[in-house]
Amino acid sequence: MTLKTQSETPVVILRPTRGWSALNLRELWVYRELIYFLTWRDLKVRYKQTALGVTWIVLQPVVEMVVFSLLFGGLLGVPSGEVPYPIFAFAALLPWNYFQGALTRSSTTLVGSANLISKVYFPRLVIPISGVLSGLVDFLVASVVMVVLMIIYQIAPTPAVVLLPFFLLLAVLTALGFGMWLSALNVRFRDINHLVPFIVRVWMYVTPVIYGSSIIPERFRWLMGLNPMSGVVEGFRWALLGNQLADAAPPGPLFAVSILITLAVLVSGAVFFRSTERTFADII
Amino acid sequence: MASDTVIRVEKLSKRYVIGASQERSDTLRDWIVSTLRGRNRKRSDGNVLWALRDISFEVKRGEVLGIIGRNGAGKSTLLKVLSRVTDPTEGYGEIRGRVGSLLEVGTGFHPELTGRENIFLNGAILGMKRTEIERKFDEIVDFAEVSKFIDTPVKRYSSGMYLRLAFAVAAHLEQEILVVDEVLAVGDAEFQRKCLGKMSDVAQEGRTVLFVSHNMSAILRLTEQTMVIDKGRLIMRAPSAQAVDYYLSSGYSETGERRYDADEVPDSARPFRPLAVRVVNPQGRVVNTVRSMEPTTIELEYCLDQPITGLRVGIYLLSTRGEYVFTSFDTDAPDLYEEYAVRPAGHYISRCTVPPDFLNEGRFVIGINASSYRIQRYFQDEQALTFTVDPAGAPGMQWPEPRLGAVRPRLSWQIEAQK
Repeated sequence: MTLKTQSETPVVILRPTRGWSALNLRELWVYRELIYFLTWRDLKVRYKQTALGVTWIVLQPVVEMVVFSLLFGGLLGVPSGEVPYPIFAFAALLPWNYFQGALTRSSTTLVGSANLISKVYFPRLVIPISGVLSGLVDFLVASVVMVVLMIIYQIAPTPAVVLLPFFLLLAVLTALGFGMWLSALNVRFRDINHLVPFIVRVWMYVTPVIYGSSIIPERFRWLMGLNPMSGVVEGFRWALLGNQLADAAPPGPLFAVSILITLAVLVSGAVFFRSTERTFADII
Repeated sequence: MASDTVIRVEKLSKRYVIGASQERSDTLRDWIVSTLRGRNRKRSDGNVLWALRDISFEVKRGEVLGIIGRNGAGKSTLLKVLSRVTDPTEGYGEIRGRVGSLLEVGTGFHPELTGRENIFLNGAILGMKRTEIERKFDEIVDFAEVSKFIDTPVKRYSSGMYLRLAFAVAAHLEQEILVVDEVLAVGDAEFQRKCLGKMSDVAQEGRTVLFVSHNMSAILRLTEQTMVIDKGRLIMRAPSAQAVDYYLSSGYSETGERRYDADEVPDSARPFRPLAVRVVNPQGRVVNTVRSMEPTTIELEYCLDQPITGLRVGIYLLSTRGEYVFTSFDTDAPDLYEEYAVRPAGHYISRCTVPPDFLNEGRFVIGINASSYRIQRYFQDEQALTFTVDPAGAPGMQWPEPRLGAVRPRLSWQIEAQK
């Protein structure tokens, strides 16, 4: 009688899962609204009851830019090519700050949602994913500052600016890949909570944020290809300021290595996350 | 599976490894290696607890099934496995339809968000689609009686409003199968009445409901059949009246004694070591049911591994609705307080007597507490033991109505005719 309705009702199989689990993208799609609501909650809560509200998104990178300009551009004389140091730094801070926030949130929010995870079922990947997405709004607001700076310094973007979304996507996927690894490990080893700020700080120094890759000796430059964020940051500078920046090279073979590394971390992170998520509720 | 069967589980088991070994035996490296290989590591030094063992049953569409058992019997674990929060260790199950969990009310509420925002967020967490939530929004707000405060952050809500809103969201889930865990354990009488009413509406809509509760009258009212679970095993499944009767009378409920095994007591309790709590009748027997007109003795047995200064060991008595009836400590009396200013190490029993003609009929919960005032709380168990008071011979029994209130004292009344 109800053949039709039955084929519409999802049948869930309960059984012990072992070993590898396939990445269930279809289920993630079903839960897309939850991703949306968690992202939106994260944003709302971050700026509720703050006197300055959204101003914080702007204030933080601007202050960083000013301090970096005084210290590194001024006192230490870090070369910034033909563009003024402030905008040189800001073009890098824009993707870097996004990445830093996204990685931190996606690594730590899983443990912060312990009471949800031990009580309600949903694909656990929803949490690191929304951690990565909620930073995009901050990124967009900070981008406006970038536009203003470019107007002030009278720098026109290169045609390559259309590639920015691609560089941004690389930052999103890198944050998500590492976020999946770290958040799954964090469930079991709370050391990760202490480790993440440290990782982020060291990572910034090995990424050409406060300096340009040109100050790295030629023979070590291949090392930077191992760090996908180097590619992202340099890509941002190249696309935004390339017209004025003699040494901003377009992405080369090193960039392909960055992409491969990001994909490897992303896939392995997803597999690792999926194969450990079934125990989250028991040990979180 | 037959066409009208929505849940079928076979030999479902869930194992937990308990104890400190869980943290100690790992290094990050060998854990990663073994996880990547997908092996179940054997931990020889861990204590294994089977929270569920070989549970098999079927539920038909539209059935309302009760699940009862003492604390730690495995009821909540069963619901967690059925709602996919955690995987079974062994066994197999098939569920036809979406499962909505009404586990702990307010899970996922964020205090900074408004009522309106929390309805959407909570609905999404519980698996509702945005359009479903929009359609039910007014109904949810009406049910919760918070329409005036819908745009106020819920951190400013009273606890009653908060509970009503949380329950309202969960109760308006549209999933075909609902699992409900102890939602009625909280809130005031009016709220509980409303929740029960909503639950029976849900049942009448022909949805399948699994209902866990310690509240036997709610089980009897809402469910047709009930499963009794003890120590992870399915003991019986029968029409609810029969199952409740069996549960209450067979000692699967409570035995009048609660013993504490060494591994149940947290390290923070040291040097206090609880051994047992007992309810004893005037004949000296450990019993689950006492008579209202007789004195009842409550015994707390414990060891001190070191002397403790200012220790007080005592009980809370609560109704099964969670209202406190009284709190009392063994050093309340000034002379005992002086004598036991420092309590030497040793093995003790603290014993008190609840006077006759004091408690009303019903079930009561004994909580225990061992602490030094303003210094340290060594041990606390809010639900150490429950017992039943039988009203036979209590005042007013000529009227067979239930009396309101937790106590039923024999007061001396005079009736004076006035001219």
